[in-house]
Amino acid sequence: MEKKLMSGNEAIAYGAYLGRVRVAAAYPGTPSPEILENLVTYPGVYAEWAPNEKVAVDVAAGAAYAGRRALAAMKHVGLNVAADSLFYTSYTGMQAGLVIITCDDPAMHSSQNEQDNRHYARFAKVPMLEPSYSEEAKQFTKLAFDISEAFDTPVLVRSTTRISHSESIVQMEEPPSPTWEELPPYKRDPVKYVMVPANARRRHPIIEERLGKLAAYFEGLDINRIEMGDPALGIVTSGVSYQHAREVFPEASFLKLGTVWPLPVNKIREFASRVKRVVVIEELDPFLEEQLRLIGVECTGKKIFPILGEFNSGLVRDCARRGGLIAGEAAQEAAATAPSPPLAAELPPRPPMLCPGCAHRGMFYVLQHYKAVVLGDIGCYTLGAAPPLLALHTCGCMGASIGVAHGVDKAGCKDRKVAVIGDSTFFHAGIPPLIDVVYNKGATTVIVLDNRITAMTGHQDHPGSGRTLAKEPTVDIKIEDVARAVGFQKVDVVDPLDFKATRAIVKEHLESNEPSLIVARHPCVLYAREFKKPYQIDPEKCNDCGICRRIGCAPLIRADGKMAIDQLLCIGCGFCAQICGRKAITQVA
Amino acid sequence: MTSHKIDFLMAGVGGQGTILSSDILAEVGMMAGYDAKKSEVHGMAQRGGSVETHVRWGEKVYSPMVEQGRVDYLLGFEMLEAARWWHFLGPHSFALVNRYRINPPAVNLGQARYPEPEELEALLKTNQATVQWVPATEVAVELGNQALAGVILLGALSTRLAVAEEVWLDVIARRVPARFVELNKQAFARGRALVSS
Ligand SMILES: Cc1ncc(C[n+]2csc(CCOP(=O)(O)OP(=O)(O)O)c2C)c(N)n1
Repeated sequence: MEKKLMSGNEAIAYGAYLGRVRVAAAYPGTPSPEILENLVTYPGVYAEWAPNEKVAVDVAAGAAYAGRRALAAMKHVGLNVAADSLFYTSYTGMQAGLVIITCDDPAMHSSQNEQDNRHYARFAKVPMLEPSYSEEAKQFTKLAFDISEAFDTPVLVRSTTRISHSESIVQMEEPPSPTWEELPPYKRDPVKYVMVPANARRRHPIIEERLGKLAAYFEGLDINRIEMGDPALGIVTSGVSYQHAREVFPEASFLKLGTVWPLPVNKIREFASRVKRVVVIEELDPFLEEQLRLIGVECTGKKIFPILGEFNSGLVRDCARRGGLIAGEAAQEAAATAPSPPLAAELPPRPPMLCPGCAHRGMFYVLQHYKAVVLGDIGCYTLGAAPPLLALHTCGCMGASIGVAHGVDKAGCKDRKVAVIGDSTFFHAGIPPLIDVVYNKGATTVIVLDNRITAMTGHQDHPGSGRTLAKEPTVDIKIEDVARAVGFQKVDVVDPLDFKATRAIVKEHLESNEPSLIVARHPCVLYAREFKKPYQIDPEKCNDCGICRRIGCAPLIRADGKMAIDQLLCIGCGFCAQICGRKAITQVA
Repeated sequence: MTSHKIDFLMAGVGGQGTILSSDILAEVGMMAGYDAKKSEVHGMAQRGGSVETHVRWGEKVYSPMVEQGRVDYLLGFEMLEAARWWHFLGPHSFALVNRYRINPPAVNLGQARYPEPEELEALLKTNQATVQWVPATEVAVELGNQALAGVILLGALSTRLAVAEEVWLDVIARRVPARFVELNKQAFARGRALVSS
């Protein structure tokens, strides 16, 4: 069979397909969305975007209860949202395999925190597998379904950004049979599936026993592998850290763990007895290190390798050199200690920013104008916090904006204030706090930045976009209808690239004393590919007042001491032309 | 370390199309018989921020990321972004840099200075690397689409690698939408011509 380059996410999807997954659900979150985007392309697989991760796990659990293999996928913080469901599925078990993929993001390339989801495996008492590149991502995902069924437990598979978004070569396999045997009638087993206290008390000892059986099984499993080299140094590692460490320690002995929970304790002890010194190389928390200590294996880990951020072989090499694990290579040493040229420290940074023509910019410009306190949320629009707009003042987790704004209001804060939330985020976790505002007689203004898609994570559909994951047309749930249905009476829709209309509506809402909601609707320019003729600045008319610079749009540059528009970057949204008092900005004919 | 390896780093600005180019480069490596890995970051950083992609070819590749001082080829999609990686280069390194500038926000706000190309070149040469400028965006615009700059850079790079041109063209044909294949092949040829003299 042929081989193919696949990202970790593509390989997880392929492994799930080979493992005969039937139902898959997810909410997108970097670095995970490509798992479902790939799964939906395989024959015989039903895959959907759920409005949030908890719903995704419930959907997968239901399918597994009904007797079909099922999968849910999410980014690390998604598992916080789905934690309740993870815990009950651990207690109930299922009729068919249930696999939950968690994609962690060490270094927070695209996340609000750096949590280490290995803790969830221990916390929920379920097994966790951790691949170290795409081929293993395929194999481990497939294996996870078998383990799930053999031990009647959900199985977590943990990826990280450098697994999910790295490509490596994967061996293609025979496709599974296209025919499915008919599903037997739903199996009713209330003692197992109705988690009232009396039943849950019966289940708990079974869960404890299950962990013991899993640990015994993992002892013999070849994905926990001793690779003997020089016995002077024994490295215990898993995931992508294994790959980095292999570069740096070509001679050392390795215990490469494919299961990070429960741990194959005897294998670890055996490995420790065969090497002189044990070093644990793991990103984020000292999870393995602590477990090794608990079983009495002396080791070094976080004393040498950091708890923060992600690893790469350069970092592992530097730490190893400083920790005395390897000798310094003269050339490298010299390069590492040579003074940096002064210019290196002066290079201007390039943080992510709102795209040229992004409609979110229009709303933030107006909010900045009214000096409103903006209780924010997560999405592309969080970039409204960056200079020069500086128009977003909190961002914690998805859906937090509305509840936080209501709390600020109830505390008696007299400033003008609004909650700002994206459309996908609104459907994810924005509706219960919306109800809270009305129910508890608040007066919060909510602005939903509706760009018709989940932009931040790569343009995934959602309940308001009118299409499913499979790109089939479906109902498009209107945010304004939801607001009215839960009791908001003051509801307006505006195009945020229409400066005057937006300014007028925002003013009206800021002055009102009732719960109110604005849908600021304009499709994501990048997704709708709404590229028009660029604009230009007439140097004769421009008096260099600096207003247009305040919107922070990349094409607005300074050239030869004057404002100008970079013709290759401008996409022709025309917002800057609307705010220019001198009418100096016009579209190129 | 494996006996034969080639490490590539691509640096640019989110939205410039580094991902397509790195997809092509990684697959060319596999087609040429190497173990190949590549790594990049999607999501937040893509929105106009600095982006980098690692591609590695070798007999056996472990880490998907290249290491400081060990890069063989740096492909700069934008001048400043290329220069940011000067410390990843060594005396053996070759940097191909698109002579193209995109101002970072601090420059547009008048709070920082965009260094002159000569200064950036000097920085890239700190560790005795070789630097070659390529007018990739200029040629791409001439061909009618600035997004072709990546394939032009690959064309320039291909002249330095012992992989048959047909392999590159095959992979390009597979990786770009059918209606753009001819244009991309043309861009690739223009890239080759830019440095082959
Ligand atoms: C619990 C959780 N799930 C997923 C994410 C990843 N994520 C960040 S923002 C976002 C949605 C952005 O979409 P939207 O609200 O429509 O705003 P846009 O980016 O389109 O402006 C997602 C999925 C997250 N941070 N937390």
